[in-house]
Amino acid sequence: MMEALPTAGMGHNTAMVLAGTTALGIAAGTVGCFMVLRRRALVSDALSHATLPGIVIAFLVGLALGVEGRSLPLLLLGAALSGALAVACIQAITRWTRLPEDAAIGAVLSCFFGLGVVLLSVVQALPAANAAGLKGFIFGQTAAMRSGEAATLAVLALVALAGVALFFKELRLLAFDEGFARAAGWPTGRFDLGLMALVTLVTVAGLQTVGLVLIIALLITPAAAARFWTDRLGLMLLVAGLIGGLSGGIGALLSARFQNLPAGAIIVLVASCFFMASLFFAPARGLLARTLRRARLRASLGAAL
Amino acid sequence: MLQRLRTRNFIPPADAGVSPLSVSGLSVAYHRQLALHDVNWTAPTGGLVAVVGPNGAGKSTFLKAVLGLVTPLAGTVEVYGRPLAQQRGLIGYVPQRESVDWDFPVNALDVVTMGRYGMIGWGRRITGAHKRAGMEALDRVGMADYARRQIGQLSGGQQQRVFLARALAQEARLYFMDEPLAGVDAATEQTILAVLRELEAEGRTVICVHHDLQTVAATFDHVLMLNRTLVATGPVADTLTDANLRLAYGQRASGLSLLS
Repeated sequence: MMEALPTAGMGHNTAMVLAGTTALGIAAGTVGCFMVLRRRALVSDALSHATLPGIVIAFLVGLALGVEGRSLPLLLLGAALSGALAVACIQAITRWTRLPEDAAIGAVLSCFFGLGVVLLSVVQALPAANAAGLKGFIFGQTAAMRSGEAATLAVLALVALAGVALFFKELRLLAFDEGFARAAGWPTGRFDLGLMALVTLVTVAGLQTVGLVLIIALLITPAAAARFWTDRLGLMLLVAGLIGGLSGGIGALLSARFQNLPAGAIIVLVASCFFMASLFFAPARGLLARTLRRARLRASLGAAL
Repeated sequence: MLQRLRTRNFIPPADAGVSPLSVSGLSVAYHRQLALHDVNWTAPTGGLVAVVGPNGAGKSTFLKAVLGLVTPLAGTVEVYGRPLAQQRGLIGYVPQRESVDWDFPVNALDVVTMGRYGMIGWGRRITGAHKRAGMEALDRVGMADYARRQIGQLSGGQQQRVFLARALAQEARLYFMDEPLAGVDAATEQTILAVLRELEAEGRTVICVHHDLQTVAATFDHVLMLNRTLVATGPVADTLTDANLRLAYGQRASGLSLLS
Protein backbone atom coordinates (compact mmCIF):
# COMPACT_ATOMS: atom_id res chain seq x y z
CA MET A 1 0.00 0.00 0.00
CA MET A 2 2.71 2.42 1.03
CA GLU A 3 4.68 1.61 -2.15
CA ALA A 4 1.67 2.50 -4.22
CA LEU A 5 1.80 6.04 -2.91
CA PRO A 6 3.44 8.41 -5.37
CA THR A 7 6.79 8.48 -3.59
CA ALA A 8 8.61 7.96 -6.85
CA GLY A 9 7.33 11.18 -8.30
CA MET A 10 7.74 12.99 -4.98
CA GLY A 11 10.66 15.37 -4.84
CA HIS A 12 12.51 16.41 -1.74
CA ASN A 13 10.32 19.49 -1.48
CA THR A 14 7.07 17.54 -1.53
CA ALA A 15 8.39 15.14 1.08
CA MET A 16 9.25 18.04 3.36
CA VAL A 17 5.83 19.62 2.88
CA LEU A 18 4.23 16.26 3.61
CA ALA A 19 6.24 15.88 6.84
CA GLY A 20 5.47 19.46 7.84
CA THR A 21 1.71 19.22 7.33
CA THR A 22 1.58 15.86 9.11
CA ALA A 23 3.40 17.33 12.12
CA LEU A 24 1.03 20.30 12.02
CA GLY A 25 -2.00 17.99 11.95
CA ILE A 26 -0.75 15.97 14.92
CA ALA A 27 -0.10 19.12 16.98
CA ALA A 28 -3.38 20.77 16.01
CA GLY A 29 -5.41 17.67 16.84
CA THR A 30 -3.75 17.26 20.23
CA VAL A 31 -3.88 20.89 21.35
CA GLY A 32 -7.40 21.23 19.96
CA CYS A 33 -8.71 18.60 22.42
CA PHE A 34 -8.26 21.02 25.30
CA MET A 35 -10.01 23.82 23.43
CA VAL A 36 -12.96 21.53 22.69
CA LEU A 37 -13.16 20.25 26.28
CA ARG A 38 -12.83 23.75 27.68
CA ARG A 39 -15.58 24.94 25.32
CA ARG A 40 -13.26 27.46 23.78
CA ALA A 41 -13.45 26.20 20.19
CA LEU A 42 -14.64 29.54 18.84
CA VAL A 43 -11.89 31.51 20.59
CA SER A 44 -9.39 29.74 18.37
CA ASP A 45 -11.44 30.81 15.34
CA ALA A 46 -11.23 34.43 16.45
CA LEU A 47 -7.51 34.02 17.04
CA SER A 48 -6.84 32.68 13.56
CA HIS A 49 -8.96 35.30 11.76
CA ALA A 50 -7.30 38.03 13.81
CA THR A 51 -3.85 37.09 12.50
CA LEU A 52 -4.54 38.79 9.14
CA PRO A 53 -3.95 42.43 10.14
CA GLY A 54 -0.79 41.33 11.97
CA ILE A 55 0.53 39.62 8.84
CA VAL A 56 -0.07 42.68 6.67
CA ILE A 57 1.39 45.09 9.23
CA ALA A 58 4.44 42.85 9.66
CA PHE A 59 4.83 42.87 5.86
CA LEU A 60 4.74 46.69 5.87
CA VAL A 61 7.26 46.82 8.70
CA GLY A 62 9.52 44.48 6.72
CA LEU A 63 9.12 46.74 3.69
CA ALA A 64 10.03 49.80 5.75
CA LEU A 65 13.07 48.04 7.20
CA GLY A 66 14.10 46.99 3.72
CA VAL A 67 13.77 43.22 4.27
CA GLU A 68 14.21 41.42 0.94
CA GLY A 69 11.03 39.69 -0.19
CA ARG A 70 8.67 38.32 2.44
CA SER A 71 10.36 37.27 5.64
CA LEU A 72 8.39 34.36 7.05
CA PRO A 73 9.48 34.68 10.72
CA LEU A 74 8.56 38.37 10.71
CA LEU A 75 5.12 37.67 9.18
CA LEU A 76 4.45 34.87 11.67
CA LEU A 77 5.49 37.09 14.56
CA GLY A 78 3.03 39.73 13.38
CA ALA A 79 0.35 37.05 13.08
CA ALA A 80 0.99 35.77 16.60
CA LEU A 81 0.92 39.25 18.10
CA SER A 82 -2.36 40.34 16.53
CA GLY A 83 -3.96 36.96 17.26
CA ALA A 84 -2.95 37.25 20.91
CA LEU A 85 -4.25 40.83 21.02
CA ALA A 86 -7.65 39.64 19.78
CA VAL A 87 -7.85 36.94 22.46
CA ALA A 88 -6.91 39.52 25.09
CA CYS A 89 -9.72 41.76 23.78
CA ILE A 90 -12.26 38.92 24.05
CA GLN A 91 -11.16 38.14 27.59
CA ALA A 92 -11.29 41.79 28.61
CA ILE A 93 -14.78 42.23 27.16
CA THR A 94 -16.20 39.13 28.86
CA ARG A 95 -14.49 39.99 32.12
CA TRP A 96 -15.49 43.63 32.41
CA THR A 97 -18.87 43.73 30.69
CA ARG A 98 -21.96 41.56 30.86
CA LEU A 99 -21.69 40.63 27.19
CA PRO A 100 -21.66 36.83 26.71
CA GLU A 101 -18.48 35.30 25.31
CA ASP A 102 -19.92 34.32 21.93
CA ALA A 103 -20.98 37.92 21.27
CA ALA A 104 -17.53 39.18 22.25
CA ILE A 105 -15.94 36.59 19.93
CA GLY A 106 -18.17 37.64 17.04
CA ALA A 107 -17.44 41.33 17.50
CA VAL A 108 -13.66 40.94 17.89
CA LEU A 109 -13.26 38.37 15.10
CA SER A 110 -15.07 40.48 12.51
CA CYS A 111 -13.32 43.67 13.59
CA PHE A 112 -9.82 42.21 13.23
CA PHE A 113 -10.59 40.32 10.03
CA GLY A 114 -12.24 43.37 8.44
CA LEU A 115 -9.21 45.48 9.31
CA GLY A 116 -6.97 42.81 7.82
CA VAL A 117 -8.87 42.68 4.53
CA VAL A 118 -8.76 46.47 4.20
CA LEU A 119 -5.03 46.60 4.99
CA LEU A 120 -4.40 43.81 2.49
CA SER A 121 -6.19 45.71 -0.29
CA VAL A 122 -4.19 48.85 0.51
CA VAL A 123 -0.88 46.95 0.47
CA GLN A 124 -1.67 45.19 -2.80
CA ALA A 125 -2.34 48.56 -4.39
CA LEU A 126 1.11 49.82 -3.37
CA PRO A 127 3.30 49.91 -6.49
CA ALA A 128 6.53 49.13 -4.64
CA ALA A 129 5.22 46.16 -2.71
CA ASN A 130 5.39 42.59 -3.97
CA ALA A 131 2.48 41.45 -1.82
CA ALA A 132 1.54 38.48 -3.98
CA GLY A 133 2.29 35.91 -1.28
CA LEU A 134 0.15 37.49 1.41
CA LYS A 135 -3.14 36.30 -0.04
CA GLY A 136 -1.94 32.74 0.38
CA PHE A 137 -2.29 33.08 4.14
CA ILE A 138 -6.05 33.40 3.87
CA PHE A 139 -6.78 30.03 2.29
CA GLY A 140 -3.32 28.51 2.53
CA GLN A 141 -1.12 27.18 -0.24
CA THR A 142 1.46 24.44 0.00
CA ALA A 143 2.49 24.70 -3.65
CA ALA A 144 4.70 27.72 -3.01
CA MET A 145 6.11 26.34 0.24
CA ARG A 146 9.85 25.88 0.44
CA SER A 147 11.33 22.99 2.39
CA GLY A 148 12.91 25.37 4.90
CA GLU A 149 9.46 26.75 5.66
CA ALA A 150 8.06 23.26 6.07
CA ALA A 151 10.83 22.55 8.59
CA THR A 152 9.92 25.70 10.55
CA LEU A 153 6.34 24.49 10.62
CA ALA A 154 7.38 21.07 11.91
CA VAL A 155 9.47 22.62 14.68
CA LEU A 156 6.59 24.84 15.82
CA ALA A 157 4.31 21.79 15.86
CA LEU A 158 6.83 19.81 17.93
CA VAL A 159 7.13 22.64 20.46
CA ALA A 160 3.34 22.66 20.84
CA LEU A 161 3.31 18.88 21.32
CA ALA A 162 6.05 19.09 23.93
CA GLY A 163 4.00 21.70 25.77
CA VAL A 164 1.01 19.37 25.96
CA ALA A 165 3.16 16.44 27.06
CA LEU A 166 4.81 18.47 29.82
CA PHE A 167 1.66 20.08 31.18
CA PHE A 168 -0.88 17.32 30.51
CA LYS A 169 -1.92 17.13 34.16
CA GLU A 170 -2.31 20.90 34.54
CA LEU A 171 -4.26 21.26 31.28
CA ARG A 172 -6.58 18.43 32.28
CA LEU A 173 -7.27 20.08 35.64
CA LEU A 174 -7.89 23.47 34.03
CA ALA A 175 -10.25 22.02 31.43
CA PHE A 176 -12.20 19.93 33.92
CA ASP A 177 -12.58 22.15 36.98
CA GLU A 178 -11.11 25.63 36.90
CA GLY A 179 -12.74 26.67 40.18
CA PHE A 180 -11.16 23.80 42.08
CA ALA A 181 -7.79 24.56 40.50
CA ARG A 182 -7.99 28.19 41.59
CA ALA A 183 -9.07 27.28 45.11
CA ALA A 184 -6.09 24.94 45.36
CA GLY A 185 -3.79 27.81 44.46
CA TRP A 186 -2.95 26.98 40.83
CA PRO A 187 -2.43 30.13 38.76
CA THR A 188 -5.24 29.33 36.31
CA GLY A 189 -4.76 32.64 34.50
CA ARG A 190 -1.24 31.54 33.57
CA PHE A 191 -2.50 28.08 32.53
CA ASP A 192 -4.95 29.76 30.23
CA LEU A 193 -2.20 31.92 28.77
CA GLY A 194 -0.12 28.80 28.24
CA LEU A 195 -2.95 27.01 26.47
CA MET A 196 -3.60 30.05 24.28
CA ALA A 197 0.15 30.19 23.52
CA LEU A 198 0.00 26.56 22.33
CA VAL A 199 -3.04 27.33 20.18
CA THR A 200 -1.28 30.41 18.78
CA LEU A 201 1.78 28.28 17.92
CA VAL A 202 -0.37 25.78 16.03
CA THR A 203 -2.37 28.52 14.32
CA VAL A 204 0.70 30.41 13.19
CA ALA A 205 2.33 27.20 12.03
CA GLY A 206 -0.79 26.34 10.05
CA LEU A 207 -1.30 29.74 8.40
CA GLN A 208 0.70 28.88 5.29
CA THR A 209 -0.67 25.41 4.70
CA VAL A 210 -4.27 25.52 5.80
CA GLY A 211 -4.84 29.26 5.86
CA LEU A 212 -6.38 31.39 8.56
CA VAL A 213 -10.00 30.80 7.55
CA LEU A 214 -9.82 27.03 7.87
CA ILE A 215 -7.20 26.40 10.57
CA ILE A 216 -9.96 26.18 13.17
CA ALA A 217 -11.17 23.03 11.41
CA LEU A 218 -7.82 21.35 11.96
CA LEU A 219 -7.86 22.32 15.64
CA ILE A 220 -11.43 21.31 16.38
CA THR A 221 -12.49 18.58 13.93
CA PRO A 222 -9.93 15.90 14.92
CA ALA A 223 -10.63 16.55 18.62
CA ALA A 224 -14.39 16.37 18.10
CA ALA A 225 -13.98 13.16 16.08
CA ALA A 226 -11.71 11.61 18.73
CA ARG A 227 -14.28 12.22 21.45
CA PHE A 228 -16.52 9.60 19.80
CA TRP A 229 -13.85 6.92 20.20
CA THR A 230 -12.96 7.03 23.89
CA ASP A 231 -13.79 8.17 27.40
CA ARG A 232 -10.12 8.58 28.36
CA LEU A 233 -8.41 11.90 27.85
CA GLY A 234 -4.96 10.43 27.11
CA LEU A 235 -6.41 8.17 24.42
CA MET A 236 -8.50 11.03 23.06
CA LEU A 237 -5.32 13.09 22.57
CA LEU A 238 -3.67 10.18 20.74
CA VAL A 239 -6.67 9.58 18.46
CA ALA A 240 -7.03 13.30 17.74
CA GLY A 241 -3.32 13.54 16.96
CA LEU A 242 -3.59 10.53 14.66
CA ILE A 243 -6.62 11.90 12.82
CA GLY A 244 -5.00 15.34 12.55
CA GLY A 245 -1.73 13.89 11.28
CA LEU A 246 -3.45 11.65 8.74
CA SER A 247 -5.60 14.56 7.55
CA GLY A 248 -2.52 16.77 7.12
CA GLY A 249 -0.56 14.06 5.33
CA ILE A 250 -3.33 12.76 3.05
CA GLY A 251 -4.49 16.29 2.27
CA ALA A 252 -0.98 17.44 1.32
CA LEU A 253 -0.49 14.35 -0.88
CA LEU A 254 -3.77 14.87 -2.70
CA SER A 255 -3.08 18.53 -3.33
CA ALA A 256 0.44 17.72 -4.56
CA ARG A 257 -1.05 15.14 -6.94
CA PHE A 258 -3.66 17.47 -8.37
CA GLN A 259 -1.90 20.79 -8.73
CA ASN A 260 -4.87 23.11 -8.66
CA LEU A 261 -6.52 21.75 -5.52
CA PRO A 262 -6.02 24.11 -2.55
CA ALA A 263 -4.14 22.18 0.17
CA GLY A 264 -5.89 23.78 3.14
CA ALA A 265 -9.37 22.95 1.97
CA ILE A 266 -8.38 19.38 1.05
CA ILE A 267 -6.75 18.80 4.47
CA VAL A 268 -9.88 20.08 6.20
CA LEU A 269 -12.15 17.94 4.01
CA VAL A 270 -10.12 14.83 4.84
CA ALA A 271 -10.45 15.69 8.55
CA SER A 272 -14.19 16.12 8.04
CA CYS A 273 -14.39 12.63 6.50
CA PHE A 274 -12.74 11.24 9.63
CA PHE A 275 -15.24 13.21 11.71
CA MET A 276 -18.24 11.84 9.81
CA ALA A 277 -16.92 8.30 10.03
CA SER A 278 -16.38 8.71 13.78
CA LEU A 279 -19.78 10.28 14.31
CA PHE A 280 -21.51 7.27 12.78
CA PHE A 281 -19.23 4.31 13.32
CA ALA A 282 -17.10 4.88 16.45
CA PRO A 283 -17.77 1.94 18.78
CA ALA A 284 -17.73 3.90 22.04
CA ARG A 285 -20.03 6.87 21.39
CA GLY A 286 -20.90 6.76 17.69
CA LEU A 287 -24.51 6.98 16.53
CA LEU A 288 -24.61 3.45 15.07
CA ALA A 289 -23.28 1.87 18.27
CA ARG A 290 -25.75 3.90 20.28
CA THR A 291 -28.70 2.86 18.12
CA LEU A 292 -27.67 -0.80 18.33
CA ARG A 293 -27.30 -0.62 22.11
CA ARG A 294 -30.73 0.91 22.46
CA ALA A 295 -32.28 -1.65 20.14
CA ARG A 296 -30.67 -4.46 22.12
CA LEU A 297 -31.94 -2.96 25.38
CA ARG A 298 -35.43 -2.63 23.97
CA ALA A 299 -35.32 -6.25 22.80
CA SER A 300 -34.25 -7.39 26.26
CA LEU A 301 -37.14 -5.39 27.71
CA GLY A 302 -39.51 -7.30 25.44
CA ALA A 303 -37.95 -10.61 26.52
CA ALA A 304 -38.36 -9.68 30.17
CA LEU A 305 -42.05 -9.05 29.67
CA MET B 1 6.43 26.83 42.71
CA LEU B 2 3.46 25.23 44.37
CA GLN B 3 5.78 23.04 46.37
CA ARG B 4 7.49 26.12 47.73
CA LEU B 5 4.07 27.53 48.53
CA ARG B 6 3.18 24.41 50.40
CA THR B 7 6.21 24.42 52.63
CA ARG B 8 5.43 28.02 53.54
CA ASN B 9 2.00 27.01 54.80
CA PHE B 10 1.90 27.76 58.45
CA ILE B 11 -0.23 26.24 61.19
CA PRO B 12 0.25 27.81 64.61
CA PRO B 13 0.35 25.51 67.65
CA ALA B 14 -3.07 24.49 68.94
CA ASP B 15 -2.81 26.59 72.09
CA ALA B 16 -2.05 29.81 70.21
CA GLY B 17 -5.77 30.32 69.69
CA VAL B 18 -5.45 31.39 66.06
CA SER B 19 -8.64 30.66 64.14
CA PRO B 20 -8.46 28.54 60.98
CA LEU B 21 -10.44 31.25 59.19
CA SER B 22 -10.93 34.88 59.96
CA VAL B 23 -13.00 37.09 57.65
CA SER B 24 -13.28 40.81 58.13
CA GLY B 25 -15.31 43.43 56.31
CA LEU B 26 -16.10 41.09 53.43
CA SER B 27 -18.41 42.66 50.81
CA VAL B 28 -19.17 41.29 47.35
CA ALA B 29 -21.09 42.91 44.49
CA TYR B 30 -22.44 41.25 41.36
CA HIS B 31 -22.84 44.00 38.78
CA ARG B 32 -25.20 46.49 40.52
CA GLN B 33 -26.33 44.24 43.33
CA LEU B 34 -24.60 43.95 46.65
CA ALA B 35 -24.56 40.20 47.26
CA LEU B 36 -22.80 40.33 50.62
CA HIS B 37 -22.29 43.27 52.91
CA ASP B 38 -19.61 43.66 55.56
CA VAL B 39 -19.30 40.10 56.89
CA ASN B 40 -17.04 39.76 59.93
CA TRP B 41 -16.57 36.23 61.17
CA THR B 42 -14.03 34.09 62.97
CA ALA B 43 -14.43 30.34 62.55
CA PRO B 44 -14.12 28.03 65.56
CA THR B 45 -11.10 25.73 65.57
CA GLY B 46 -12.09 22.21 64.57
CA GLY B 47 -15.64 21.08 64.01
CA LEU B 48 -18.41 21.33 61.48
CA VAL B 49 -19.86 24.71 60.59
CA ALA B 50 -23.08 25.01 58.58
CA VAL B 51 -23.56 28.13 56.46
CA VAL B 52 -27.33 28.57 56.23
CA GLY B 53 -29.71 31.16 54.87
CA PRO B 54 -32.55 31.52 52.35
CA ASN B 55 -32.06 31.26 48.58
CA GLY B 56 -30.06 34.18 47.29
CA ALA B 57 -28.69 34.96 50.74
CA GLY B 58 -25.14 34.82 49.43
CA LYS B 59 -24.07 31.48 50.93
CA SER B 60 -22.19 30.27 47.87
CA THR B 61 -20.95 33.78 47.22
CA PHE B 62 -19.50 33.83 50.72
CA LEU B 63 -17.62 30.59 50.04
CA LYS B 64 -16.38 31.77 46.66
CA ALA B 65 -15.27 35.13 48.00
CA VAL B 66 -13.42 33.51 50.89
CA LEU B 67 -11.67 31.19 48.43
CA GLY B 68 -10.86 34.09 46.11
CA LEU B 69 -12.98 32.67 43.26
CA VAL B 70 -14.91 35.93 43.06
CA THR B 71 -13.11 39.19 43.75
CA PRO B 72 -14.59 40.87 46.80
CA LEU B 73 -15.38 44.57 46.79
CA ALA B 74 -13.70 44.89 50.15
CA GLY B 75 -12.50 42.75 53.02
CA THR B 76 -9.67 40.46 54.05
CA VAL B 77 -9.48 36.71 54.56
CA GLU B 78 -6.90 35.06 56.80
CA VAL B 79 -6.26 31.34 57.15
CA TYR B 80 -4.49 30.41 60.39
CA GLY B 81 -3.51 34.02 60.85
CA ARG B 82 -1.86 34.45 57.45
CA PRO B 83 -3.22 35.80 54.17
CA LEU B 84 -5.09 33.19 52.17
CA ALA B 85 -2.62 33.33 49.26
CA GLN B 86 0.14 31.89 51.48
CA GLN B 87 -2.04 29.14 52.91
CA ARG B 88 -3.66 27.55 49.85
CA GLY B 89 -2.12 24.19 50.63
CA LEU B 90 -4.11 24.00 53.87
CA ILE B 91 -7.42 24.33 52.07
CA GLY B 92 -9.68 21.67 50.62
CA TYR B 93 -12.67 22.44 48.42
CA VAL B 94 -15.79 20.59 47.29
CA PRO B 95 -17.49 22.71 44.61
CA GLN B 96 -21.13 22.36 43.66
CA ARG B 97 -21.63 19.28 41.54
CA GLU B 98 -23.24 21.29 38.74
CA SER B 99 -20.11 23.40 38.29
CA VAL B 100 -18.35 20.90 36.00
CA ASP B 101 -19.06 18.91 32.85
CA TRP B 102 -19.57 15.29 33.95
CA ASP B 103 -19.21 14.07 30.38
CA PHE B 104 -15.51 14.96 30.61
CA PRO B 105 -13.26 12.06 29.51
CA VAL B 106 -11.78 11.12 32.89
CA ASN B 107 -12.52 8.35 35.38
CA ALA B 108 -13.22 8.63 39.10
CA LEU B 109 -9.61 8.00 40.11
CA ASP B 110 -8.38 10.67 37.67
CA VAL B 111 -10.65 13.21 39.37
CA VAL B 112 -9.60 12.21 42.88
CA THR B 113 -5.87 12.39 42.07
CA MET B 114 -6.49 16.02 41.02
CA GLY B 115 -6.60 16.64 44.77
CA ARG B 116 -2.91 15.62 44.89
CA TYR B 117 -1.69 17.85 42.04
CA GLY B 118 -0.71 20.60 44.47
CA MET B 119 1.65 18.19 46.22
CA ILE B 120 2.99 16.78 42.96
CA GLY B 121 3.94 20.17 41.53
CA TRP B 122 4.34 21.72 38.09
CA GLY B 123 5.00 19.51 35.10
CA ARG B 124 5.71 16.39 37.18
CA ARG B 125 4.11 13.03 36.63
CA ILE B 126 1.52 11.45 38.90
CA THR B 127 3.32 8.68 40.77
CA GLY B 128 1.99 5.39 42.13
CA ALA B 129 2.02 6.81 45.67
CA HIS B 130 -0.40 9.56 44.67
CA LYS B 131 -2.65 7.05 42.89
CA ARG B 132 -2.68 4.94 46.04
CA ALA B 133 -3.64 7.99 48.07
CA GLY B 134 -6.43 8.59 45.56
CA MET B 135 -7.63 4.99 45.93
CA GLU B 136 -7.63 5.34 49.73
CA ALA B 137 -9.74 8.47 49.45
CA LEU B 138 -12.17 6.69 47.11
CA ASP B 139 -12.32 3.81 49.58
CA ARG B 140 -13.24 6.19 52.41
CA VAL B 141 -16.34 7.28 50.51
CA GLY B 142 -17.20 3.73 49.44
CA MET B 143 -16.29 4.29 45.79
CA ALA B 144 -13.18 2.12 45.38
CA ASP B 145 -15.05 -0.27 43.07
CA TYR B 146 -15.85 2.60 40.70
CA ALA B 147 -12.29 3.97 40.36
CA ARG B 148 -12.02 3.16 36.64
CA ARG B 149 -15.57 4.21 35.77
CA GLN B 150 -15.95 7.25 33.51
CA ILE B 151 -17.49 9.95 35.70
CA GLY B 152 -20.50 10.47 33.42
CA GLN B 153 -21.60 6.90 34.15
CA LEU B 154 -21.88 7.54 37.88
CA SER B 155 -25.09 8.54 39.64
CA GLY B 156 -25.41 12.02 41.11
CA GLY B 157 -24.69 10.74 44.61
CA GLN B 158 -21.65 8.83 43.41
CA GLN B 159 -20.36 11.92 41.63
CA GLN B 160 -20.73 13.88 44.85
CA ARG B 161 -18.75 11.21 46.70
CA VAL B 162 -15.99 11.44 44.08
CA PHE B 163 -15.82 15.20 44.69
CA LEU B 164 -15.59 14.58 48.44
CA ALA B 165 -12.85 11.97 47.89
CA ARG B 166 -10.89 14.50 45.84
CA ALA B 167 -11.06 16.93 48.76
CA LEU B 168 -9.95 14.16 51.17
CA ALA B 169 -6.97 13.51 48.89
CA GLN B 170 -5.98 17.15 49.44
CA GLU B 171 -5.32 16.34 53.12
CA ALA B 172 -6.40 19.84 54.10
CA ARG B 173 -6.80 21.44 57.54
CA LEU B 174 -9.72 23.61 56.51
CA TYR B 175 -12.45 22.39 54.19
CA PHE B 176 -15.00 24.35 52.21
CA MET B 177 -17.96 22.44 50.82
CA ASP B 178 -20.73 23.89 48.68
CA GLU B 179 -23.97 21.97 49.29
CA PRO B 180 -22.38 18.48 49.44
CA LEU B 181 -25.70 16.96 50.53
CA ALA B 182 -27.88 18.60 47.87
CA GLY B 183 -29.91 16.09 45.91
CA VAL B 184 -28.01 12.98 46.99
CA ASP B 185 -29.50 9.57 47.82
CA ALA B 186 -29.83 8.36 51.42
CA ALA B 187 -26.80 6.04 51.25
CA THR B 188 -24.60 8.84 49.96
CA GLU B 189 -25.91 11.18 52.65
CA GLN B 190 -24.95 8.67 55.35
CA THR B 191 -21.48 8.21 53.83
CA ILE B 192 -20.87 11.95 53.55
CA LEU B 193 -22.08 12.63 57.09
CA ALA B 194 -19.80 9.84 58.40
CA VAL B 195 -16.82 11.35 56.58
CA LEU B 196 -17.66 14.80 57.97
CA ARG B 197 -17.61 13.37 61.49
CA GLU B 198 -14.26 11.68 60.81
CA LEU B 199 -12.84 15.00 59.66
CA GLU B 200 -14.16 16.62 62.81
CA ALA B 201 -12.63 13.87 64.98
CA GLU B 202 -9.28 14.46 63.25
CA GLY B 203 -9.43 18.10 64.39
CA ARG B 204 -10.08 19.55 60.94
CA THR B 205 -12.52 22.39 60.32
CA VAL B 206 -15.28 21.99 57.76
CA ILE B 207 -17.31 24.96 56.54
CA CYS B 208 -20.28 23.68 54.65
CA VAL B 209 -23.00 25.53 52.75
CA HIS B 210 -26.15 23.70 53.68
CA HIS B 211 -29.73 24.14 52.56
CA ASP B 212 -31.59 21.74 54.83
CA LEU B 213 -32.32 23.30 58.23
CA GLN B 214 -33.83 20.02 59.45
CA THR B 215 -30.43 18.28 59.51
CA VAL B 216 -28.32 21.17 60.82
CA ALA B 217 -28.80 20.48 64.52
CA ALA B 218 -28.11 16.75 64.21
CA THR B 219 -24.87 17.13 62.25
CA PHE B 220 -23.21 20.50 62.76
CA ASP B 221 -21.63 22.12 65.81
CA HIS B 222 -21.66 25.71 64.65
CA VAL B 223 -23.83 27.72 62.37
CA LEU B 224 -23.27 30.84 60.32
CA MET B 225 -26.57 32.43 59.29
CA LEU B 226 -26.45 34.72 56.31
CA ASN B 227 -28.93 36.89 54.55
CA ARG B 228 -26.83 39.26 52.44
CA THR B 229 -24.99 40.00 55.64
CA LEU B 230 -24.20 38.09 58.80
CA VAL B 231 -27.42 37.50 60.75
CA ALA B 232 -26.18 35.32 63.58
CA THR B 233 -23.35 32.93 64.36
CA GLY B 234 -22.39 30.60 67.19
CA PRO B 235 -23.01 27.10 68.52
CA VAL B 236 -26.08 25.53 66.93
CA ALA B 237 -28.02 25.28 70.21
CA ASP B 238 -27.69 29.01 70.94
CA THR B 239 -27.98 30.30 67.41
CA LEU B 240 -30.65 28.32 65.58
CA THR B 241 -33.44 30.05 67.47
CA ASP B 242 -36.87 31.16 66.28
CA ALA B 243 -35.87 34.80 66.56
CA ASN B 244 -32.73 34.33 64.44
CA LEU B 245 -34.50 32.17 61.89
CA ARG B 246 -37.13 34.87 61.47
CA LEU B 247 -34.35 37.42 61.04
CA ALA B 248 -32.69 35.35 58.35
CA TYR B 249 -35.67 33.82 56.56
CA GLY B 250 -38.51 36.21 57.39
CA GLN B 251 -41.89 34.97 58.53
CA ARG B 252 -41.68 31.91 56.29
CA ALA B 253 -39.40 30.30 58.83
CA SER B 254 -41.85 30.16 61.68
CA GLY B 255 -42.25 26.52 62.57
CA LEU B 256 -38.89 25.61 60.99
CA SER B 257 -37.01 25.85 64.22
CA LEU B 258 -36.19 22.47 65.65
CA LEU B 259 -35.18 23.73 69.03
CA SER B 260 -38.33 25.41 70.28
